[in-house]
Amino acid sequence: MSWASAEDIYLSTSLANYLDKKVLVLLRDGRKLLGILRSFDQFANAVLEGSCERVIVGDLYSDIPLGLYVIRGENVVLLGELDLEKEELPPHMTHVSAVEIKRAQKAEREATDLKGTIRKRLEFLDLD
Amino acid sequence: MLFFSYFKDLVGREVTVELKNDLAIRGTLHSVDQYLNIKLENTRVVDQEKYPHMLSVRNCFIRGSVVRYVQLPPDGVDVELLHDATRREARGG
Repeated sequence: MSWASAEDIYLSTSLANYLDKKVLVLLRDGRKLLGILRSFDQFANAVLEGSCERVIVGDLYSDIPLGLYVIRGENVVLLGELDLEKEELPPHMTHVSAVEIKRAQKAEREATDLKGTIRKRLEFLDLD
Repeated sequence: MLFFSYFKDLVGREVTVELKNDLAIRGTLHSVDQYLNIKLENTRVVDQEKYPHMLSVRNCFIRGSVVRYVQLPPDGVDVELLHDATRREARGG
């Protein structure tokens, strides 16, 4: 077996140049994980060290610590290298605790559910 | 292999990749592979307001299986060449 040279890896879609860097992984269910990329393979299975889930509700956000995560590749949408020079989020967003974000998440979910049921009840009006 | 070769020719061009979750990302095509996984550089999200978490992502890897469209530069399509390549591929060459 021959090994690809460092240059080949840089020019390919290999995740090798994201290794040991802080990355953002977007999952198919919409979750956002942040962590240090420690390992990967050709399916985009990935190992994140010191990972956390970033929950965003409106202008609030919170990072919920998760630890070491192995992500199955099929759930990966996108893997992005974070530019440490740049702000991770726009300045108008505020950091809140895990408890508060859970509460905000629940409120948002209930609001959308309610919207759904109201729509359903008014369906006979043929609004569209 | 046709589209793999085709995308390889587009490396270095500015493209917009629209994903199945409606996220659209514009950036310079850095590389593609056989699964049509894509690496973009100098990325920016088309609807930045809606996706604030993407703000500090400069370079990214997109899994081929989640791509819906790739929007190309208008001069990135050589129809003649593509026709010929398609015929060649259909003949099994």
